[in-house]
Amino acid sequence: MDRRASAMQIDRKPIPLGRPRLVSPGRIGLYIFAFASMLFFLLPFWVMLVTSLKPMDEIRLGNLLAWPDNLTFQPWIAAWSSACTGLVCDGIRGGFVNSVLITVPAVIISVLFGAINGYAISTWKPRGADLLFGGLVLGAFIPYQVFVYPMTRVLANFGLFGSLGGLIGIHVVFGLPLTTMLFRNFYAGMPPELFKAARVDGAGFWKMFVYVMLPMSMPILVVALVLQVTGIWNDYLLGLIFGGSSYAPMTLQLNNIVNTVEGERNYNIDMAATIITALVPLLVYFLSGKLLVRGVTAGAVKG
Amino acid sequence: MESTTPGRRPPSRPPFRIRMEQIAVVPAWAILLMAYLGTLMFTVVLSFTNSRGFPQFDFVGLSQYRRLMATPRWSVSVENLLVFGTGFIICCLVFGFLLAVVMDSRIRGEGFLRTVFLYPHSMSFVVTGLAWQWMFNPALGIQSTVRGWGWETFTLNWLTRPDLAIYVMIIAGAWQSTGLISVILLAGLRGVDADIWKATKVDGVPTWQVYLRIVLPMIRPMVAVSVIMLAISVVKAYDLVVALTNGGPGMSTELPAKFAMDSLFTRQNIGLASASITLILVSVVAIVGPWMYCEARKARNSGGH
Repeated sequence: MDRRASAMQIDRKPIPLGRPRLVSPGRIGLYIFAFASMLFFLLPFWVMLVTSLKPMDEIRLGNLLAWPDNLTFQPWIAAWSSACTGLVCDGIRGGFVNSVLITVPAVIISVLFGAINGYAISTWKPRGADLLFGGLVLGAFIPYQVFVYPMTRVLANFGLFGSLGGLIGIHVVFGLPLTTMLFRNFYAGMPPELFKAARVDGAGFWKMFVYVMLPMSMPILVVALVLQVTGIWNDYLLGLIFGGSSYAPMTLQLNNIVNTVEGERNYNIDMAATIITALVPLLVYFLSGKLLVRGVTAGAVKG
Repeated sequence: MESTTPGRRPPSRPPFRIRMEQIAVVPAWAILLMAYLGTLMFTVVLSFTNSRGFPQFDFVGLSQYRRLMATPRWSVSVENLLVFGTGFIICCLVFGFLLAVVMDSRIRGEGFLRTVFLYPHSMSFVVTGLAWQWMFNPALGIQSTVRGWGWETFTLNWLTRPDLAIYVMIIAGAWQSTGLISVILLAGLRGVDADIWKATKVDGVPTWQVYLRIVLPMIRPMVAVSVIMLAISVVKAYDLVVALTNGGPGMSTELPAKFAMDSLFTRQNIGLASASITLILVSVVAIVGPWMYCEARKARNSGGH
């Protein structure tokens, strides 16, 4: 079954007829439940936000939900530039820079690569395409732990262990199944007459890709970009293993800031650092709107 | 780049042309065979050796697996996995289905609700873990807040209690994943034929019964996808544990994926780690295999795709 097609159905309007518009006890219950659920989902973020804007004295009073009496942005500044991980007190900015350095090339390469693969597999059907595609999809389900140790040995042999290039390569490897799947399913849904016409006109493999396929790929390209940016930005495990000491991504630094405690914990700084780390994917999520919803339902296998 | 018109082919070209689409997928094949299959087999092989800090190839049969079974940390991890997995999957499915029904009920602000339900999914598990760790902070979290409202005996110290810490993990995990499940199930609900609703309305069947008895069985494929995804994320669960509890208190929230990582990189026990990873792999195949098989059969029967 084409999962992309079913994901699109979200955008359909609800079934036009149905339950009465009266204010029935059922409707009231529905709204109460919706409202309570909304609170459940929003509460942690609200708590993080107000905690990050309070001085520690106010946090010690123990009212988690209250808006700060003495609003301060000091924790945000400290989280960015002077929060400590162990003995180093440089804040989370180093991790931010690392995450950008990792995410930008890894996203571009894995998306482009996935587009080429998806295109080759769906339109040209090279020998063994089904096997290749099935293998990649299966690979997307398997936990990273299965692959990482031998990969560390291979990268170490090439002197790439703990390097930026090595980590980017690893992200490309693990991003490939998802991007290939997105593009393959997208291209498979296109009318075959299109390729036939292009081939009759004498377009070769690359010409057809650049002039026919890519210009029509905008919707899926954005979905792939959004999914890869959030996925790679949010990665913890690969950064931990392959980032070494110089390329620890932001998630890793955040965890180090919060969970390796020397002395008193500054919850306001912790929460400010947490929000800063979540900011990029949140921004991507809110800007992309429905696209991320479509993407996650289409590429539902990536965990 | 195969030319279909023989007349245009220059005579000097060799008869066997390398086809561009084959070249284009060579890197993907290389990744599949080396980065996926090769490393997978290497890990499985290592599980039959007595490697410790470095890979060695003294084959010791199943003795790493026997050691693994005798390792309390592993058996506790597996028990925790069952508790966490069951609770997490049931929570996400039930709550997710209810949210999908809410969004399907012509409620006002559906788009806004969907955004709210799904935004946690865009964030890292580390962020989720840290947020809930703070919420459940025994000294300054929800507990002290509710006590401050006048309920002096209110206790919510789950993160400090070995018997309850894992339920915080369930809550945190469900907070992150329920939105996604609700969206997937909503896609299923929107695909239900409007005639079904018409027919049941004529018959006067209560809405909740229609959802439970008729619609739910109809969206079984969506439920299956959801269960598979949730089960896989349970088996993979690592960063959430690290950020929320780091396995504690004691070993009460240790999970197999974390056991494997710790054995590989901090306890330097490659053979044992590989044995645990191989078992994780087997469990994933046991989850995904039958489902993929069914999907493939369905695709073949429907004659396409």
